[in-house]
Amino acid sequence: MNQPTTLFDKIWDAHVVKAMNDGPDAVFIDRHFIHEVTSPQAFDGLRKRGIGVFNIARTTATADHNVPTKDQHLPIKEALSRHQVETLRKNCTDFGIELYDLGHPYQGIVHIIGPELGLTLPGMTIVCGDSHTSTHGALGNIAFGIGTSEVEQVLATQCILQYKPKRMRININGQLGKGVTSKDIILYVIAQISASGATGYFVEYAGDTIRGLSMEARMTICNMSIEMGARGGLIAPDETTFEYIRGRRFAPQGEAFDQAVERWRKLKTDDGAEFDVELNYRAEDIGPMITYGTNPGMGIAVDSHVPNLSEIPQSELASYTKSLAYMGLEPGMELIGKPVDYVFIGSCTNARIEDLRTVAEFVKGKTKAEGVEVWIVPGSVQVSNQAKAEGLDQVFIDAGFELREPGCSACLGMNEDKVPAGKYCISTSNRNFEGRQGQGARTFLASPIMAAAAAVTGKVTDVRELV
Amino acid sequence: MSKETMHKLVSTAAPLPIENIDTDQIIPARFLKATTREGFGDNLFRDWRYTADNTPKADFVLNNPIYAGAKILVAGKNFGMGSSREHAAWAIHDYGFKVVISSFFADIFRNNSLNNFVLPAQVSDEFLAEIFKAIEADSQTQITIDLVNQEIVLENGLKESFAINAYKKQCLMNGYDDIDYLLSLSSEVKKFDLAHANF
Repeated sequence: MNQPTTLFDKIWDAHVVKAMNDGPDAVFIDRHFIHEVTSPQAFDGLRKRGIGVFNIARTTATADHNVPTKDQHLPIKEALSRHQVETLRKNCTDFGIELYDLGHPYQGIVHIIGPELGLTLPGMTIVCGDSHTSTHGALGNIAFGIGTSEVEQVLATQCILQYKPKRMRININGQLGKGVTSKDIILYVIAQISASGATGYFVEYAGDTIRGLSMEARMTICNMSIEMGARGGLIAPDETTFEYIRGRRFAPQGEAFDQAVERWRKLKTDDGAEFDVELNYRAEDIGPMITYGTNPGMGIAVDSHVPNLSEIPQSELASYTKSLAYMGLEPGMELIGKPVDYVFIGSCTNARIEDLRTVAEFVKGKTKAEGVEVWIVPGSVQVSNQAKAEGLDQVFIDAGFELREPGCSACLGMNEDKVPAGKYCISTSNRNFEGRQGQGARTFLASPIMAAAAAVTGKVTDVRELV
Repeated sequence: MSKETMHKLVSTAAPLPIENIDTDQIIPARFLKATTREGFGDNLFRDWRYTADNTPKADFVLNNPIYAGAKILVAGKNFGMGSSREHAAWAIHDYGFKVVISSFFADIFRNNSLNNFVLPAQVSDEFLAEIFKAIEADSQTQITIDLVNQEIVLENGLKESFAINAYKKQCLMNGYDDIDYLLSLSSEVKKFDLAHANF
């Protein structure tokens, strides 16, 4: 009998083209996603070397990071952004790569459209020049973010040179409480192990709580693996996964689908397989989470308080004080009741149809608080169309929310969607770094329903009091 | 692509004793709109370096003339966390740093630096503290980075070795990049491409 093996090892080992003695593995990449920001220099590299793309069918492009979320049918106003999107267009045309450009029915945030189109499947290796590529792992594959030199490697050779990360398993068991979502699970885990706690590891999420989550909720968890430093995160595929994939545009269809499911059923960690680290958490210990600082590890249950100085290790005091000063917060204070100026519901973390449904269900019949600006930015054209088909757009309009067009938007503020300096934004995105949502902007990360609650009350609110 | 190489470097160092420096601080997203690799050094640590009206902040290390010309950046632990943007490594390289010393690096940043001939040298927390102390005592203190022997040596004689994998060390010393190697595997890769046609 073979040695018990982790799912991660099974997928990785099946893709090693060549292992180098005391060096990295050359790993075959099944699916490569590209976007306008991290690809132009890679195409330049190909031109300088005089080589083409190894297999154009394995790369898919979209424009997402730098696109406006209003009037996408018009030319992009900002010259540099327009140039970058035009450069992507030219590169895709020159090299023969499929592009879901602005106006295309499949356009959207790269990590939302991959699963949505059935391009992301179990057992694959997937890369993209974006750290949130870990999102795709929710379908049971190895997916991770890469730099532009590596984008060039993959375009040129369909391989990447990588050292195999160590293995970590995070088990979540038990029943989630009222108002607690998958976003809270991952913010809780990151708060427990810190923003660097999984650096060097590839994480498998397991346990009955994870099993009970929808496919989209699982994506939120895998999405934020990078926020604790992990190379990526995956969840073994199951019936939820197969049902999600069934009938999607580029997924195997009919008999081919049934055969694929038979193969995918084998994608799991063997009993007794060893992990370098194994962590266990109880769903009952997790409350609605919110971050107070400037990295995603600085999170607390919403009814808790910002740590006192006495709770912070001496070596971290300087960074901690700097962070709170940026946020305009005091050690020991409570966040409930803190006024917010902006609410951003969007990003590859939380801009799928289930997220929009959750928000709509909560706000139906309510209106936003005065003085609060609320942006809802769907993750893709398909999400946007679905929301409209279900009448969610009217719910948002009635509540005074602004429904925008798809893109990365205020998650990283590359386009016009920026939070002004000093203003507080409760955001469903993944990073609360200094300046992330705009120079001087102050970010509270939270779940969609927590963001919706703050939109209605105008302040940080414990959503459990409203549901 | 670059034929830059590295063996041994002796230089002053710029100290940045802050932990968890993310790539959004190294190069904010609004500067990622360029389509070439050049010129990012001007915006390295942009929002720590300049006020909103582009006035240099006098208290930021890169604006302090005593550290001008330093080829080594010394930073607190967990340097380079967050976004995969290689622009962070380009900005550091373009500014003139050849080495970043920290007690911990984020994975993607580490790869990106190595691919751009910037050496991420990881040392212990204790040795990092010694380096900061040495710079504080004398801003012109010379730090030696010996890649061949994988050692960092301070003027006061304190030293510590650092780890780097053998393959990447050869790449840095000889100016190789990964694509040359991967292209040499293309006949094997073609077999994988066929074998992995279905899922």
